[in-house]
Amino acid sequence: MPDTLLALNGLDAHYGDFQALFGVDMEVHAGEVISIIGANGAGKTTLMRSITGLMRNTAEQINHLGQPIGRLRADQVAHRGIAMVPEGRQLFPSLSIEENLLVGGKVGRTGPWSLSKVYDMFPILAERKGQKSMSLSGGQQQMVAIGRALMANPDLILFDEISLGLAPVVISDIYKALPDIIGEGMTAMLVEQDISRALQVSSRVYCLQEGRVSLEGRTGDVSRDDITAAYFGVTT
Amino acid sequence: MMEWTNAIVQGVLLGGLYALFAAGLSLIFGVMRLVNIAHGDLIVLAAYFGLTTSVMLGVHPFAALMVVVPLMAGLGYVLQRGLLNRTLGDDILPPLLVTFGLSVIIQNALLESYSSDPQKLSGGAIETASLQIGGLALGVLPLLTFGIAVVVIALLQWIFYATSLGRGFRAVSDNQDIAQIMGFNKAHVFGLAMALALAVTAIAGILLGIRTSFDPSVGGGRLIFGFEAVIIGGLGNLWGTLAGGVILGVAQTIGAKIDPGWQLLAGHIVFLIVLAVRPNGLFPRVDH
Ligand SMILES: Nc1ncnc2c1ncn2[C@@H]1O[C@H](COP(=O)(O)OP(=O)(O)O)[C@@H](O)[C@H]1O
Ligand SMILES: [Mg+2]
Repeated sequence: MPDTLLALNGLDAHYGDFQALFGVDMEVHAGEVISIIGANGAGKTTLMRSITGLMRNTAEQINHLGQPIGRLRADQVAHRGIAMVPEGRQLFPSLSIEENLLVGGKVGRTGPWSLSKVYDMFPILAERKGQKSMSLSGGQQQMVAIGRALMANPDLILFDEISLGLAPVVISDIYKALPDIIGEGMTAMLVEQDISRALQVSSRVYCLQEGRVSLEGRTGDVSRDDITAAYFGVTT
Repeated sequence: MMEWTNAIVQGVLLGGLYALFAAGLSLIFGVMRLVNIAHGDLIVLAAYFGLTTSVMLGVHPFAALMVVVPLMAGLGYVLQRGLLNRTLGDDILPPLLVTFGLSVIIQNALLESYSSDPQKLSGGAIETASLQIGGLALGVLPLLTFGIAVVVIALLQWIFYATSLGRGFRAVSDNQDIAQIMGFNKAHVFGLAMALALAVTAIAGILLGIRTSFDPSVGGGRLIFGFEAVIIGGLGNLWGTLAGGVILGVAQTIGAKIDPGWQLLAGHIVFLIVLAVRPNGLFPRVDH
């Protein structure tokens, strides 16, 4: 039995009359890290929103562990073990740091992650657990967002531009923690603007361009020129 | 002098009832940004349920709470999931129109079932009992109402800030999409919030029905008092809502003391002054 964790089959997405994704096919295997790259507005966030159940899809367009999940509500998808660190962090401002993490654990899945494990990884959060999340620096907020997703003990975690708006040194810190996270047997999908960083941590890459997959391959096999062409739509 | 002190104290106690009118309104707005125009009619509906229950079972209206609170909570859950959830979205008009329609439907249903004759819940001896405190005669019922209001607000505050249910309310209120991907079923959370709001409404309705006579048309006035208490106190702050109710109650009793015809007017004027000077109310929520 092939270990396909998630498969997208001709995934479309619409915002009203505007179509943001066109027939996207994708396959994610258990335990791998894939990166999704593409210019601003290419549809990366829309892709992740679709997987998490926040967009309207047909059942067969998204398959998880062999079952069609395209029509499930977002909370049902969450209970199946798909979590997201959303673009811009999007913490709950009226909740304390600890409450943000506890909300992440709402699905009640068992696994390696718990409040104390998250605090072990990001000790600063333990020190500030009673504070409101907005009192933290951008990097610390990102730690909360990551911790909140981990609290669900997901088997697939989606990261949407975790380095957006953070200082380079902070980004390095967060990327240093990434192997620890993914090392716990998790599968990850990473959306990133910083292409070289994305390629470093992932084994396969998909490039989106105006809502379509313009390139896919193993990170070792795709060249810079391939990526530039796929990214900017340079045609020859 | 004593007369004025008396008016103020009576106003404070009346404020407890207004806070109970307001609490459900505030809770619903806080969790789902829904302004429930039918809120006052639901209070009156609860008073009628209290009437039927206490007459049929031959029990005191307070005992009827055992039936009416769960009944109203269940009605709230069904109403939210069956009807109101469908009206919520980016546009604020549909929920206003639908709850306005609901208000009309409830009033007409009550007219059909109970006629327009004024009714009253008979609270027995408690209605006329009073305590002498420092030269003031304080009615036991108003004192009890105020005490219940404090307990209800404290309970709601505890649910909101110290339980996982409340954490869910606040998370969904902050960011519906993200709360959903954390595993909250928005429709269910909203249903629970409306159930809780209407459970409070049940208490408010029964206390109202013991205090004064009511008929199917009085819901609108209760909505306005509740609404004014919420705005005076500041949106999203439950203790502020109690303060808002007290301020409104005191304004009314002082107005009435000056001239009996000024009771309602004085309340509205204080509301308008607060709105003009502090548009976010006196104690708005501060957590951003
Ligand atoms: N809520 C929305 N309403 C309308 N259009 C949207 C909305 N969100 C995104 N879009 C459009 O969908 C396209 C893809 O957006 P997005 O998925 O956010 O891209 P990316 O994450 O790759 O930058 C863009 O053209 C964007 O303008
Ligand atoms: Mg994006």
